[in-house]
Order: sequence, then structure tokens, then C-alpha cells
Amino acid sequence: MTEQEYRKPIPHPSPETEFFWRKAGQHELWIQRCIDCGEPFFYPRLHCPDPGCMSDRIEWFRASGRGTLYTYMINHRPAPGFEADAPYAIAVIQLEEGPRMMGNIVGIENTPENLALDMPLKVTFTDATDDIAIPNWEPA
Amino acid sequence: MSLRYKTAIVGAAETSQLGVIPDMSETQLHVDAAINAMRDAGIDASQIDGISATMNPATLAHYLGIVPDWVDNTSVGGTSFLIHMRHAAAAIASGLATTVLCCMGQSGRSRVGVSAPRIGTAAGPSGPSYDVSYPGQFESIYGPLGPTTLFGMGVLRYMKETGTTIEQLASVAVAQRRWSSKVPRAMFRQLVTVEEVLASRMICYPYRLFMCCPVTDGGGAFILTSAERVDDYPTKPVYILGSGEAVETPVVSQMYDMTSSAAFKASSSKAFAEAGVTHADIDHVQIYDAFVHLPIYGLEDLGFVGRGEAGAFIEEGNTSPGGRLPLNTNGGGLSYTHTGMYGMFAMQESVRQVRGEAAHQVEGVRTSFCQGVGGMFMAAGSLIFTNEAPHG
Repeated sequence: MTEQEYRKPIPHPSPETEFFWRKAGQHELWIQRCIDCGEPFFYPRLHCPDPGCMSDRIEWFRASGRGTLYTYMINHRPAPGFEADAPYAIAVIQLEEGPRMMGNIVGIENTPENLALDMPLKVTFTDATDDIAIPNWEPA
Repeated sequence: MSLRYKTAIVGAAETSQLGVIPDMSETQLHVDAAINAMRDAGIDASQIDGISATMNPATLAHYLGIVPDWVDNTSVGGTSFLIHMRHAAAAIASGLATTVLCCMGQSGRSRVGVSAPRIGTAAGPSGPSYDVSYPGQFESIYGPLGPTTLFGMGVLRYMKETGTTIEQLASVAVAQRRWSSKVPRAMFRQLVTVEEVLASRMICYPYRLFMCCPVTDGGGAFILTSAERVDDYPTKPVYILGSGEAVETPVVSQMYDMTSSAAFKASSSKAFAEAGVTHADIDHVQIYDAFVHLPIYGLEDLGFVGRGEAGAFIEEGNTSPGGRLPLNTNGGGLSYTHTGMYGMFAMQESVRQVRGEAAHQVEGVRTSFCQGVGGMFMAAGSLIFTNEAPHG
């Protein structure tokens, strides 16, 4: 990206998510897993989301950054800050590690023809401020 | 405790006007519907000892000049009113209340007396930029703009996994116009074809305009009381036979399965179990439809058809007039009205059909299943209504 102003919404980290955003700012995708039951999960939490576990023994690890296109919609009525992108895909990415997360698809025109479900994607980061970068996805 | 045959609806009404009501605030819409429902039941406000609403029940109580000693303010989106009805039935069955006013009003289109931003427009000054919620941090940054850009997020996945076609999705809107074509109060009454649905303006792929509900103004209310008291009222009683409720997640991309609603399954199976009836016993169905995939998910998650079968079932006319499972006979949220929280209107049509008073009446309806959704598959409420008096 050139040095133009980032006009899209910028996330405001909370105590649970501060580490995620700090690593994203360094262009690294980190998610969590439960030390007791081993399950990786996203979004960031302080406890294992398995109702039979509830462990607070949680660790962060760096995700591979590989995933697949799980599903998406293509928005023709842009949200504020997205006018130049419309129509643009709002996608859900299935991470290689298991959890799903939302993202935009960059580096390819966002058309139904170009966006086949289950196509391989890799994470890329869009700088929003000096500290915050947004995880996005491009064809792998 | 089972709620089967413990309570009955003895008053039911919507607001006098429906659709575009620029001269009524949300409070006034509640009151208009409430008074219409009380008049339908032949009672006045002094006989109400319980109120449920998603707005502050005290505002309504004071407007009506009463001091109710039971309230429910559960607010989990557009299905809240089905859940209120269930809670009210439990309160009446356990003696906490005798006559409950369940009411709703929403100035979704005209925005009269509404402080929250309209769905689908930018949030206010305290909006997303300071939102540390999960959607605020991990979704709004990717440019969604309300339910139109999120509710259908699982649809492409559902289509791929089940082989359901875009024509089948469009046929939901087609079927419901066949119903609304004979409903004078419906917002949209013109018949449409699959081709016309698929030629309407693209809103958010794969959704085009006719696959999305309008945004309207209106309200509705019910009077619920003990089944033992139905002879005191002039109306044909509509008994609550079964009920259910459930919640899953406020974040659609984090559903346990984006092609099926866990809350629909939990809520509806509870209602069937309580009612002691099977799918074959249901004569009429309402499934809350803000978008065309909801009746499809609903028919499958409620168990009326198998996985992946709902699209063909609707396309073949089974839910249309003359079909074996009449569905959304007011035209649904897609064609009748959708103020933003549609559940009250889904129930009103179930009650009209069971009373035999619907604009597009189905012959011989004894039972109706009403399924509500709140948020984007966040919450579910289910009710089974019947006009058959309890035996013995």
C-alpha cells in the first residue's frame, strides 16, 4: 500500500485480544489453544471454549497462515471506508488449524467466478496505523 | 413442568396501520397494538397483571395506568416475542400472573422515537470505532453493513454442501408472494417469478433485492391467560401446545455449523416434545424469514424435511397455496412486513390461521408451528398453537 490514509474501521483491542493485535501489527497471525485438551480456538478468550473443559491453561501459538475459503458474500453497498473496494467480498476463512475467522480477500478481483469455495488462501496484512495491521487473505 | 394446554391466547391484534407509519413513535405502536388486543379479548387494561416487551415494560405500564406484578424484558432479537409468550405461559401456569399482555412495536422504517441507528447504516458516535466486542474487533473491520451482509454468510457453503440451487433459494420468495397476493395488509402482493427474483438488483451476493425483506413500521400484541378461563372471553381460544427457546452465538461466522442452526434444533425439538405431536400433526408453519434461506434452514432444522431437501421441497410447490405444508401464509417477512423484529407478526399469522381468520386462510388448520429467529441465528423461539380444546 502507498502512504494513503486508512479510512476503514480500526479494531480497538481489549485485554483478551491485545496479544493477537500486537502480533498482527508485526504481520504474524497468532491464535490460542487449550493446554489441557489441545484444541485450538479463535476468537481470543481466557478459557477453553469446550464446555466440558473450561481450562484457564491457555497458550498462544503462531498459526501457519494457511487456510481455505469457507464461505463469503460480496457486498455491493459499501460500508463507510470501503467505497473504493465495492463490490467486495466479506469472507469466512477456515484456518488450517481448525477455527474460522472473517477476512477480506485481496490480490484478486472479488467476483463469484474468481472466488471458489475451498480455494487455498494465505494470510497477508494490511497496515492500518503504526501499530495496527489487519489480517487479510490472498490466493495461495 | 409442561406448558401443554396450560394457557390460551384470548386476544390478538396488530397495529391499526402497517407498513409505513410516520406518525407513531415506537411506544405508540406498542400501545396501539395492545389496546387492539385488549379490545379483541373484551377486556380493559385493569385486568392485565403482566407485561412483556423488548422496550421498557414500565413505560407501557405507566402509559396504561397499571402496576403489573410480572414483567419480562428478554431481548434476544426478533424472536424475543415468542420467548416472552413461553415465559408468560410458564408464569401463568405457576400462578405468578393471570392475564399477560405480550406486546411489540417497532418504527423500523420511519425511525420515530428510536435512538439506535437503523440496521444497515453506519453506527452512531459510540459505534464500531470504540466497540471491543467480538464483532467490533473481528468483523466490522471487514466492511459488513448490517444483517444483509452477514445473515446469509453461510448460504454459499450450504449450497455447496447440499447442492441447493440459487433458483431454489429464489423460489422461497416466489412461493410467499403466492400467499401475500391475497393479503390486503401485505407490503408486497404482486406475484413474482424465479427469473424476476434473479433479475432484481444485487444487494450482497448471492442475495438480490427480492431475496431480502423490506424494513417497515408496525406492531402486535397478545392477551394470554389460563386455559381454564377461556370461556370468559368472546374470542376463539388458541391454546399453547408446546414451546421452546435456545440461544447459540451473536456472531454468525462462529456458529457451530454455518449451514444449520443449533438454536432452531434445540428450540423446536423441545416444543415438539412438550406438545406430544409429530410433524405429521402440524397443519401450518410460520418460519421467520428476514432472508430466503431462513425457511430452508428452518424446514430442515425443525425436521419437516431431510438435510438438503428444503430447496426442492419449496421449489416444487409444497409450501405454496394448495401444497401439503402451507408456510408463511401472510407472505412472511419477505412480503408481508418486517419491522426489524418480525417474530410478533409470524405469531399473529399462526393465530389467525388457527382461529380461521387469516386473509389467505388455509382450509382446516388445527395446529400451527411458529419458529422465530433472533439476531443472525443467535436465538430461537418455537411455539405450537392449536384450536382443539383439551380432551377430558
